[in-house]
Amino acid sequence: MSGVLAVLELATGNEGGAKLHKMSLEALAAAKQIGAALGLPVSAAVIGKGAGEAAASVARYAVDRVYSVDHELLASYTPDGYTHALKQLAASAGPSYIVFPHTYQVRDFAPKLATALGHVLASDVVSIRVDDGALVLVRQLFQGKISADLRFHGEGPHFISVQAGAFRADGLEAGSAPVEAFTPELAGSQIRTRPLELFRESSRAVDLTAAEIIVSVGRGIKEAENIEIVQELADALGGELAASRPICDNGWLPMERQVGSSGQTVAPKMYLAVGISGAIQHLVGMKGSKTVVAINKDPEAPIFEIADYGIVGDLFEVVPALIAELKK
Amino acid sequence: MKIVVAIKQVPSRDSLLKVNGDGTWIEDADLAYEINEPDAYALEAGLQLREKEGGEVVVICVGPDRASQTIREALAKGADRAIHIETESESVGDPLALSRMLAAALAPESPDLVLTGLQSEDLGFGQTGVILAEVMGLPHATIVMNIEAVEGGIRVKRELEDGWFQNVEIPLPALLTIQSGATKLRYATLMGIKRAKTKEVKQLDPSDLATESAATIGVSRIYLPEKTKKSVLFDGPARESAAKLVEKLRFEARVI
Repeated sequence: MSGVLAVLELATGNEGGAKLHKMSLEALAAAKQIGAALGLPVSAAVIGKGAGEAAASVARYAVDRVYSVDHELLASYTPDGYTHALKQLAASAGPSYIVFPHTYQVRDFAPKLATALGHVLASDVVSIRVDDGALVLVRQLFQGKISADLRFHGEGPHFISVQAGAFRADGLEAGSAPVEAFTPELAGSQIRTRPLELFRESSRAVDLTAAEIIVSVGRGIKEAENIEIVQELADALGGELAASRPICDNGWLPMERQVGSSGQTVAPKMYLAVGISGAIQHLVGMKGSKTVVAINKDPEAPIFEIADYGIVGDLFEVVPALIAELKK
Repeated sequence: MKIVVAIKQVPSRDSLLKVNGDGTWIEDADLAYEINEPDAYALEAGLQLREKEGGEVVVICVGPDRASQTIREALAKGADRAIHIETESESVGDPLALSRMLAAALAPESPDLVLTGLQSEDLGFGQTGVILAEVMGLPHATIVMNIEAVEGGIRVKRELEDGWFQNVEIPLPALLTIQSGATKLRYATLMGIKRAKTKEVKQLDPSDLATESAATIGVSRIYLPEKTKKSVLFDGPARESAAKLVEKLRFEARVI
């Protein structure tokens, strides 16, 4: 048993299309890092309906081979279908390490897959290193207030999922790998849940991931009416308005504008956080941003730990002053 | 419908955390504890479902003696009875061993539905529910926003990424992990607090639930994270700070 296998998924809502989930290549980057550190070959697998086309795009990176895992019973995601399929792939490919992006879908099936093989997934890993020939995985506890080093014991396959933005895909080396179709043996009776159609709740979909500048508002805004000044700031910067979860839970802005682990993951040129303290669930959705700017009255707010620039002050004074300055 | 809700007691959200001398866990002597927030939403979902469909809600909790406070609070909110697997200390890190213990304790209960929060606020593995489902041989769904009973089982609304949702039909028995914030949490009433004192709490010892297996993962050290970025902060009068920030964004970061 040897090798590292990155298991990649397709983007949500693109069934039939062949767009990779945006975090997929980050998992491949993590797999490559493990492979390089331990001297192991790295392969990739793309799972889902229409995996072939996406697998071909992954084959343009320097990997040993790319498995295209497809079956008509994988047309809609189910934890049973994915677990049975990947269990068979793991048995056939025999990797020592299996690396996933820490997506909602992976959170739904990877712990089940690991359990089925008597293992525990090292979930939401932020960095990986090697100490004395053994892998050390760093993950966050207590909403990011504490870090922990994890180690695996015993025989693999060991399972790892990596946090959004923790590994960079832009450094992946180009190459040319064979694509191998892997058709698992699946029966309808193995799949116990029945997924229905995907839907969105709001009519106008906002793709925050395409925005170059995002101005995001949090609890500090106090009342729904006050959001207007943040909208004005976004307009002055030519950016999109976004929010942290409490704002959307209160119905002050639609869910589609939510950034964070339960909303969108964004990495704009500039992310300006207004009245957002910076809980880990929010940070994972935006920490890949090139420049982070924060406005908060609490100098100890965790958002300042990842901010490049910040203003410590009352947002109701600072935001109008910024708008005036930008309009000069 | 027999509904089991697995809950956990965690340090309060605003706790100031310190790592203990040998870096194995936090200094936990002086901390205040509360129910893991996502589990509070799982309990709420269970109570609402019982109000609609009838049946009972049983809470199960693994933790030291102090966890009995969190269990009493769940009973005061309306759970019918509880199971407390009393451990000597916090178990740091093997959700598979924990799930096997929960599964052993739940085997005689044969629940129709097992609910839990989607993750804990301390360890945050985000896996115990899914692992427990696999150990118990149950179908599952995660990040659930809404549950309704339908012919032959339940229909749940799952939250996916990028604003997508999906309804999934699941036969019972099943396990669900519940998303926070989808509904309002209830408070315990005075009557509820009074009645909680007389409700049954079954005490189990981990050794009664012995589960043979060597851990395949372990925490070797915990520590405070290093600050990775150097921030430029302005804290003067708003107009001056605004001018300085815009200058930096234009000419240093060059993002506007």
